Amino acid sequence: MRELALHILDIAENSISANADKIRIVVEEDIPKDVLRIVIEDNGKGMDQATLEKVIDPFVTSRTTRKVGLGIPFFKSAAEACEGTFNIHSQVEVGTKVEASFKYSHIDRMPLGNIVETMLTLIIGSPEVNWLFEYQNGKERFIFDDEPIKQILGDIPLSDPMVLKFIRTTLEEGIRNVQKEYQTENLFVPTRVNL
Amino acid sequence: MPTIKSLDDLKRIREEALKKQQLKETSGKTEVVVGMGTVGIAAGARETLKAILDMIESDNLSDIIVRQTGNIGLDSFEPIIQVILPGEDKVTYVKVTPDMIQNN
Repeated sequence: MRELALHILDIAENSISANADKIRIVVEEDIPKDVLRIVIEDNGKGMDQATLEKVIDPFVTSRTTRKVGLGIPFFKSAAEACEGTFNIHSQVEVGTKVEASFKYSHIDRMPLGNIVETMLTLIIGSPEVNWLFEYQNGKERFIFDDEPIKQILGDIPLSDPMVLKFIRTTLEEGIRNVQKEYQTENLFVPTRVNL
Repeated sequence: MPTIKSLDDLKRIREEALKKQQLKETSGKTEVVVGMGTVGIAAGARETLKAILDMIESDNLSDIIVRQTGNIGLDSFEPIIQVILPGEDKVTYVKVTPDMIQNN
């Protein structure tokens, strides 16, 4: 994976597979403290302690019992590669919370990448889920909830061209407004890294 | 506190979309499903889906429903998309790059 936004997309897919109908994604850029924090929280079916240990270890998960693949170990190693932390909490029938933090200025920290495209993919691709997206930079916080949008739209699909444009500009403008205090990376240009 | 763009905009969009719907015969909608498992994402499925969404926007295609799904089970062929035309069988396309979407 080349972007943290792709990791977020991948972890959120796990939440969808866990039959969550409410998924919250939080991205916080704290430049003074030099921390980037990402949280993905769902109200899906959750996991017991034994399963939880399995999903973190890439070598234990066997194909027949496989529910979650390499996504979580990938994300964990991305955080740990740049003096970050990784935590996963889960409770059966309650939900799962994945939390990762990164040293913002670390040379090995992946760029956040195109978070707008990640959110669009999730919102359009899984309309049955209520998506919450929060982005904080400095003191300002942008909060996006797709529930009011769906209520107004009724039976108009989210992939209608005008609706698509509306959601895209809402997300882009929301992030831009919050980014005034600290100019961080441009989130709308896809990152291309030649490996 | 910056919030969502005006929800009135959205109400207007809904009315316009409804008008368009009434003009059309109920011929059903084309469904496009993109595989979004870990492998699909790593292979570029998000960029493929972005190309599809961009095309819907630029060509104003209002009768397509885009969905995502988990791993389809053909990892080495990712990104995979499935197209279901109304009343027809599902067609699966493999190794779909954004260029392939734009050039069709």
